[in-house]
Amino acid sequence: MNGLLAVLLTLVAGVGTLAVAIREPVRQTIAAGFLSLLLALLFFALQAPDVALSEIVVGSLAVPLMLLLAIAKIREQEEAVNRQPPEAQQEGEE
Amino acid sequence: MTPGRRVVAIVGLALLVGGLVWGVTGLYGFGRYHAAYGRLVARAAVPDRSATNSVVVTAFDYRAFDTLGEEFILFVSVIGVLVLLRRLRGERGRDEATAAAEDRRASESTRWIGLALVGPLVVLTAYIVVHGQLTPGGGFQGGVILMGAIAFVSVGGESMVLLRLRRTSSWVEMVESAGAAGFAMIGFGGLIVTGVFFENFISKGTSGLLTGGMIPLANVAVGLEVGGALLMVIAEMFDQRLRGRQS
Repeated sequence: MNGLLAVLLTLVAGVGTLAVAIREPVRQTIAAGFLSLLLALLFFALQAPDVALSEIVVGSLAVPLMLLLAIAKIREQEEAVNRQPPEAQQEGEE
Repeated sequence: MTPGRRVVAIVGLALLVGGLVWGVTGLYGFGRYHAAYGRLVARAAVPDRSATNSVVVTAFDYRAFDTLGEEFILFVSVIGVLVLLRRLRGERGRDEATAAAEDRRASESTRWIGLALVGPLVVLTAYIVVHGQLTPGGGFQGGVILMGAIAFVSVGGESMVLLRLRRTSSWVEMVESAGAAGFAMIGFGGLIVTGVFFENFISKGTSGLLTGGMIPLANVAVGLEVGGALLMVIAEMFDQRLRGRQS
């Protein structure tokens, strides 16, 4: 195993841990997307460019996009639920 | 947790860990691969099909039947997503206004960069799909990039485009279905011409883009299918998101 692979494997392990450790969904999505980019570099270093390309397009394009849309939708619903019960009261405060 | 359940959990975990250790210690060493199939395919791809990307040759020629199955898995799962999301759809109406309001919230620079990237991404899609049999890439990767290109239209502050795409999505559905059917048709072409399903029936050529026989055609078909499928999912999710705003 050469130096490049050692560096990439360490980076993947580090960013992977980070993606699990971050608890805030939006930041977690970005971290997971970044992890996919690093994985793609690793695959490329291991002479698998086709897999690397698939990893980039799925891991850092399609999945984050769907996750972000879903997170935005969930947040809006939470806001709507929080807003509804004391509606008159909130309007008075504003 | 009751003691009985704990014992069951510990036995299960021990079996899992033991199985994993047993399996992993039996693997080849890192970077060592002894099976003959990979070597055979890598050697055969150029003389046999005039194509240099043995991965795509395997996926779209030698193992095209597997790819057909994968393609229909995607096709069916997209239908499932659309059916699920459609049931949640409530009232229609102020979406266009909310979409426009949403667009105004993005910063000027984000919108410019988003729109500026759309064209290059479409070109990249075409490049990746058309060169599938020669360089890394192919229909699947190209299709996902195409979805990304259209999503950048929304980043560029023109969400209306995605919304209209959703409303008049019949042509996206047609593109997706045409891609899925096209790939199956290529298989039937082999059946008709040579008598074997997915046997190559187009001249393999010598050099340039039109090499690999049916592989470029299959790449285009799969690219259309994947691009159309993901586009429908993204447009539907986007539509759903705006719908929540009406409260």
